[in-house]
Amino acid sequence: MSTTTEAQRPEAGSRQSAFVRGLSNALRSREIAVAAVLVLVVVLTTLKSPSFLFGGDNFRDLLVTPSILLLLAVGQTAVIITRSVDLSVGSTLGLTAYLTGKLFSTYPDLPIVVVFLAGLAMGAVLGLVNGVLVAFGRVPALVITLGTMYIYRGIFLSWAGSDRITASDMPPGFLDLGTSSILGIPILTIIALAVLAIVGYYLHSHRGGRELYAIGSDPDAATLYGLPVTRRILAAFVLSGALAGLAGVVYAARYGTVSSGAGVGIELQAVGAAVIGGVAIFGGAGTVWGAAIGAFLLVTINRALPVIGIQDFWQRAVVGALIIGAIVLDRVLSARQERKLVEERDHA
Amino acid sequence: MKFINRRTAALTALALTASLALTACGSDDESGSNGNGGGDASVTFLPKNLGNPYFDTSDAGGKKAVEEFGGKFEEVGPDTATPDAQVPFINTAAQQGVGALVVSANDPKAICDALNEASDAGVKIVTFDSDTEADCRDIYVNQASSEGIAKAQVDLIAEQIGDSGEIAILSAAANATNQNAWIELMEKELAANHPNIKLVDTVYGDDDDQTSFDKTAALLQSHPNLKGIVSPTTVGIAAAARYLSTSKSKGKVALTGLGTPNQMREYVENGTVTAFALWNPEDLGYLAAFAAKALIDGDIEGKKGDTFEAGELGEYTVGDNGEVLLGDPFVFNADNIGDFDF
Repeated sequence: MSTTTEAQRPEAGSRQSAFVRGLSNALRSREIAVAAVLVLVVVLTTLKSPSFLFGGDNFRDLLVTPSILLLLAVGQTAVIITRSVDLSVGSTLGLTAYLTGKLFSTYPDLPIVVVFLAGLAMGAVLGLVNGVLVAFGRVPALVITLGTMYIYRGIFLSWAGSDRITASDMPPGFLDLGTSSILGIPILTIIALAVLAIVGYYLHSHRGGRELYAIGSDPDAATLYGLPVTRRILAAFVLSGALAGLAGVVYAARYGTVSSGAGVGIELQAVGAAVIGGVAIFGGAGTVWGAAIGAFLLVTINRALPVIGIQDFWQRAVVGALIIGAIVLDRVLSARQERKLVEERDHA
Repeated sequence: MKFINRRTAALTALALTASLALTACGSDDESGSNGNGGGDASVTFLPKNLGNPYFDTSDAGGKKAVEEFGGKFEEVGPDTATPDAQVPFINTAAQQGVGALVVSANDPKAICDALNEASDAGVKIVTFDSDTEADCRDIYVNQASSEGIAKAQVDLIAEQIGDSGEIAILSAAANATNQNAWIELMEKELAANHPNIKLVDTVYGDDDDQTSFDKTAALLQSHPNLKGIVSPTTVGIAAAARYLSTSKSKGKVALTGLGTPNQMREYVENGTVTAFALWNPEDLGYLAAFAAKALIDGDIEGKKGDTFEAGELGEYTVGDNGEVLLGDPFVFNADNIGDFDF
């Protein structure tokens, strides 16, 4: 693709201004397009009401609120790239959030790091169950994780019942994580961004990461080529589960209250964030950077709409429109690219 | 999913209740003839479930009352608050021929047949906290009226923000009947008696911690001049308090509503919340026990206008549909929150 642009440049330069060319390139990069929409939303809302960005805790909240969804979206992206999906992350998040509260109320002196590791481990185990069923059972992940979503939620319900973890059950040092920041950036956001950077680097530059894309593009070809398909899919689900576990610990720190409803429905938001960020729902394409920006956009737009004066009830519709818009854009762009490639082939 | 669950649960419960009620029918005559001679002041409390701090508190109030009038107190109940779980306990109480059964119903219909059997066997039926259909019990002790709840919350917020400024409401689900009734009454109360308070927004947290928390943040973001938030739901007020306690608006934006002391303790102690309301479950149990005694003694029948004495709470009158109203909601603040554990 890059060679095509190089070859056409002299010709194209005369027809298109640099600006239009830049814009069309930007539109072709989904990450930049979504980021532009995000910036636009923040700027417009801030113009309408300056306190949106500058007032009180608003800047902090804009950074910290998406961090839970960001963690889930990163894990979800790794799974979706392999042409699967993980719907159980909401239940996993709820279970680990409750585990976090229980650990603290049973052992009040437990170091915070241990609780984070426990959350990661529990999430990884739950993810492993998904992975084993999907990778070895060769059953569509949609069905498997829909099943485990209800099973994990059921375990959570029978464990927690009507009990709820409240802020007084958890040590202040842990709850402070929900608000404290380093150099103006909330700690929870830093954790999420660090995870994003590691996973992003792995997917982009590491052999294992590239193989995930290969598996998602064409599973049969990947198997024929001798890629370790089963192992890679297993790893993707363990990663998704572990990140959902981490998100559960973050949830407990941020919200300070955990009841059996924690995390209901958030799995679909995670899928939505990934799709908005340009991750192809049938696998093989997309980046965690895009998914992360998608997560930021989803959360921020929910904040911005009431400020602009759009009714509570319409906000969900706007989010739905965003998702559909993203998919339509995907379709149009890939059709266009296909046509170009065909033209190119015919010329050659 | 929740909906389907509930429906299947309700259906199972109905089937179970029906079968239990049918089997109970055979033995009913015997237990009826065993009957009690009247004036037997044994009162059995049957909460929604055991191990629930709310009912521990209300039943403690009941026990106190029963000891005051020299009766025999017993507390029984299921581990989980499922619709059918209370039925065997009702049957047992009927067979034991207790004087009165004080029930918080897990389901308005599912336990009706069992209660009617017990009633035929001479047991007086008092419901409290959560009612059954009106014809399944003698008296319902209602914790608070909608008007009382609405007025208490408006009074609290008016007092906390100096009776003027912008306020917002953080409710549960947009279709929650009781919430909407309270909100409507609050709007009327504001319009009638607090012209300087402006209700600028009502948002819905769906009784979900995360949603309520984020909606609170969004409220403060969209309304920089907000002076107070009223949340007539225990989940909402706790989530809003948690957000406020971590924000720069702590102490500047007032928060009140309906909450439970255990959920709110942290925020009352750290100064985020000065006062919130709910009924006092201990008084509720106490009143229910005295209503049971009045029924056993034959002082009242549960008709409108019947009056009875309820120990230190004073005299109560039975209203429409055999309902007795506990009174105005109880206000919790830093001074008294330590006395409660539910």
